[in-house]
Amino acid sequence: MASTSTTSVQAPGRSVWDGGVSPMGASYGKLMMWFFLLSDAFTFSALLITYGLVRSSHPAFDVTQGVDTFVFSPEYWPIPEKVFDSIPFMEYMPFETAPLIFVGLMTFILIMSSVTMVLAVEAGHRMDRVAVEKWMLWTILGGITFLSCQAWEWTHFIHGAHHGSAVAEGTTFFGANLAQNQYGPPDFAAFFFFITGFHGFHVFSGVCLNFLIYYNTVMGVYQRRGHYEMVEKVGLYWHFVDLVWVFVFTFFYLV
Amino acid sequence: MAHHHDESTHITVLPPDKEKIKKLWTVAGILGLITAFEFAIAFMVPHEYQQLRVWVFIAMTIVKAAYIVGEFMHLRHEAKVLIWSILIPLIFVVWMLVAFVYEGMAISDIRFGS
Repeated sequence: MASTSTTSVQAPGRSVWDGGVSPMGASYGKLMMWFFLLSDAFTFSALLITYGLVRSSHPAFDVTQGVDTFVFSPEYWPIPEKVFDSIPFMEYMPFETAPLIFVGLMTFILIMSSVTMVLAVEAGHRMDRVAVEKWMLWTILGGITFLSCQAWEWTHFIHGAHHGSAVAEGTTFFGANLAQNQYGPPDFAAFFFFITGFHGFHVFSGVCLNFLIYYNTVMGVYQRRGHYEMVEKVGLYWHFVDLVWVFVFTFFYLV
Repeated sequence: MAHHHDESTHITVLPPDKEKIKKLWTVAGILGLITAFEFAIAFMVPHEYQQLRVWVFIAMTIVKAAYIVGEFMHLRHEAKVLIWSILIPLIFVVWMLVAFVYEGMAISDIRFGS
């Protein structure tokens, strides 16, 4: 049987997709990390799209009456800056509310940890082990701080604010449980915990991975290997975690 | 015979790339400024203009995402086929988001009346 097909204008059988080269200009490991992040982006997108669907199916508070008339109610979706208006130790502060301040701090911490991560990658390109260790440590610290802040946020949400507690059937309800919350419809709390929880889980796994790579760096694994590409790969994961937070921050706390 | 296990004698550590580091901190500064701008909009533009606020937030978020993915994750400087492999599937995400928000609004109309 004679074969008459040539699919390439180059030498027969030599296409950039024939193997032995990297058509996308990246190593196998880096490529797989990118495609894993794409799949994870689909997962988070599914959650945020569902959130968009459910939130727009609930009535919104009628702001024409003035934002100051807003009270929590299960009848309408709450205004986020009225829900997230506390910071730790606010009892000792001179102000009554601090809308979105704490979540702004969390955003700042996570973006800064992304900056320290990319500085670790830059140091890795120069085989500067000491600098890689330093910047990885700062990144891990930033991640742990973010998780601590998120833990405080959850605790405060569940425990309830001392002001603005909803009245249900004549009683006063504080905070949130699995059935209801003081801030708005049950969907509000459900999405808050699910989305921030899923993201927080990614931050936690990112911290664990970062620590593992930090340990390997200290042990000289990448120095012996001759390149710090592993730092770059976990860096991609960490930046993805930051990226998701940017979207969660916008759709949950600002909109 | 003495054994040397000092790896640093075999590998040259290059000095920090000042230009690259300056660029990274510039991007970090831009992200900070955009976030500060978002906060300013959140507190200064009244809720009566909610539609406008939402569009500004979404636009700013996309700008931040472009900087994080393009510069921090270095995608802007990768091979074109890799860039498109990541960006093109996200069109479906945008499509779904728009479609399902409108779906939600239709559900609200049916449930609670226009």
